Amino acid sequence: MTGPLLKVENLTKHYQLDRGFLRKSGPLVRAVEDVSFSVETGETLCIVGESGCGKSTVARLLMRIVEPTGGRVLVDGADITSLKRHELRPYRRRMQMVFQDPYSSLNPRLTAGQIITEPVENFEHLNRAERRALAADLLQKVGMSPEMMHRLPSEFSGGQRQRLGIARALALQPPLIIADEAVSALDVSVQAQILNLLMDLQQQLGIAFVFISHDLSVVEHIGHRVAVMYLGRIVELAPSEAFFAKPVHPYAEALIAAAPVPDPTRVRLQVPVEGEVPSPINPPTGCAFHPRCPLAVERCRVEVPRLVPMPDGRAAACHVRAPATDVTDQRGISVAGSSAFAIERQNLSIGIR
Amino acid sequence: MFAGAGLLALLIALSLAAPLFSGDPQNMDPFKRLQPPSTELWLGSDNLGRDVFARTVFGARISLLVGLISAAGAAFGGLLIGVMAGYSRQFDNIVMRVMDGLMSIPTILLAIALVSLTGPGIGILIVAITVPQIPTVARLVRSVVLGVRERPYVEAAVCGGARLPKVLWRHILPSTIPPLMVQSANVCANAILIEAGLSFLGAGVPPMIPSWGNMIASSRLYLAIAPLTVFAPGICLAVTVLAINLLGDGLRDLFDPRSKRRR
Repeated sequence: MTGPLLKVENLTKHYQLDRGFLRKSGPLVRAVEDVSFSVETGETLCIVGESGCGKSTVARLLMRIVEPTGGRVLVDGADITSLKRHELRPYRRRMQMVFQDPYSSLNPRLTAGQIITEPVENFEHLNRAERRALAADLLQKVGMSPEMMHRLPSEFSGGQRQRLGIARALALQPPLIIADEAVSALDVSVQAQILNLLMDLQQQLGIAFVFISHDLSVVEHIGHRVAVMYLGRIVELAPSEAFFAKPVHPYAEALIAAAPVPDPTRVRLQVPVEGEVPSPINPPTGCAFHPRCPLAVERCRVEVPRLVPMPDGRAAACHVRAPATDVTDQRGISVAGSSAFAIERQNLSIGIR
Repeated sequence: MFAGAGLLALLIALSLAAPLFSGDPQNMDPFKRLQPPSTELWLGSDNLGRDVFARTVFGARISLLVGLISAAGAAFGGLLIGVMAGYSRQFDNIVMRVMDGLMSIPTILLAIALVSLTGPGIGILIVAITVPQIPTVARLVRSVVLGVRERPYVEAAVCGGARLPKVLWRHILPSTIPPLMVQSANVCANAILIEAGLSFLGAGVPPMIPSWGNMIASSRLYLAIAPLTVFAPGICLAVTVLAINLLGDGLRDLFDPRSKRRR
């Protein structure tokens, strides 16, 4: 296949807030701003960031649950942002999503079997036996017993429900799965089970993941590459190992420093980051991070930094750490796939935090 | 709930079986006017010498017919409009304004206007009672649909490649059924009362067809002489409405997950 499995170019989503009955247009919320990246077959790209930085919106834009304001999403080289709703259906087979909340993302009135086989039944007719066989197979894939197919979602635990969500996403055997905070609602031991399940499935079936999370330990565990988002923009995009060894962008640095580490002897990097995340309604000029950045210089207040590629395969948007040397009109860059960075993942067991 | 359902079933059975055990409700006998109850006339007779028991039993047919058909009609119409309004914003803007307009017309006035246009008849009566009930049902269904369509499991169904009719039918409609059932019971009770009111005013069923409303209307002058001519249909009306409301309350408890402690 030529080109990446998924390519995102300058994806942007603005929400226009209503100001009430006079219909005067309210403030503009810049949820996602000029986001570009690509995902290769079989790799895991993690998108991390604080609450409200736009990472879930990116996931919803990829699935076209919400319509983008600008930019393109290319699946197998075909632009899906310009398609009509019904033309989108064939691409549903290429890309599936695991939802954040295992409680509200399963229809409480359908049985587990009905839920997980539904995507397949949207595309082909199954008879009773085929449906049962498919449900049993999917349940086994996610480590559940086939007898459970007749139960309702309310009869399952949170971890089991999340497995059902994953089974549903697997049903169409898509080469790409978007997981929006797929483990955040679960406790740590169940998180580890689900993460290991996802990694096993990736090895067996060669599935690529876009894995959205706010939890860096999870990201370190499963990510091949990491994209850090801040106020709707990607500020750093780097191979996982390099990223965790030495982040480039000061925000990424602060994020890693702030993550709890289960090692009392390890000396924590002290990165002073003050203040709150600014509102996406009225983002700061220039680099959105400059009001909180210890390194900020005059240029950061004026000019929005581009994502600049660096020699070791990373890219960062920072005037100080990654100054743009050449002036090209290419605004967002997409770093080549991580096949070059096929990192040997440490096979961590439970206790990833 | 079982009391309500049982009573209602009994009433329906009695009204259907009426010809088997009661006399002719139309038969007038000038020599037996305003008779007290006797073995021949169980509840006495009215001012035209008609059998009050027979008229009450046959009157139940009208009340139940109007109530059930109006409830079914309003539920169906409201469901259709509510689901479409909940799913399409354009449709919502237009149709819900029409519904607002419809809600501002008093039911009785609309019914009188319609009946005076076409002349009295059961069909037009049912239409006149059903149409003003549709907006409340549509509003209810719309609000449920608006709430449910944003649920992640509906988004998940769309992401799974489900077509719109399937999303509506499998994931959205089932959630509207419980409140719809409860509301239909209300509509049914309402419709029976409105029918009685309209018949009382003379704008309801034609006078020769016995209905609880026109029975009360025609006998009210003789309340002091033959109280049963008014009380028999009046009590039946009250019991029927009570039965339906009990059923509605029971349905609500049954569908409300918070009240599943009993049973």
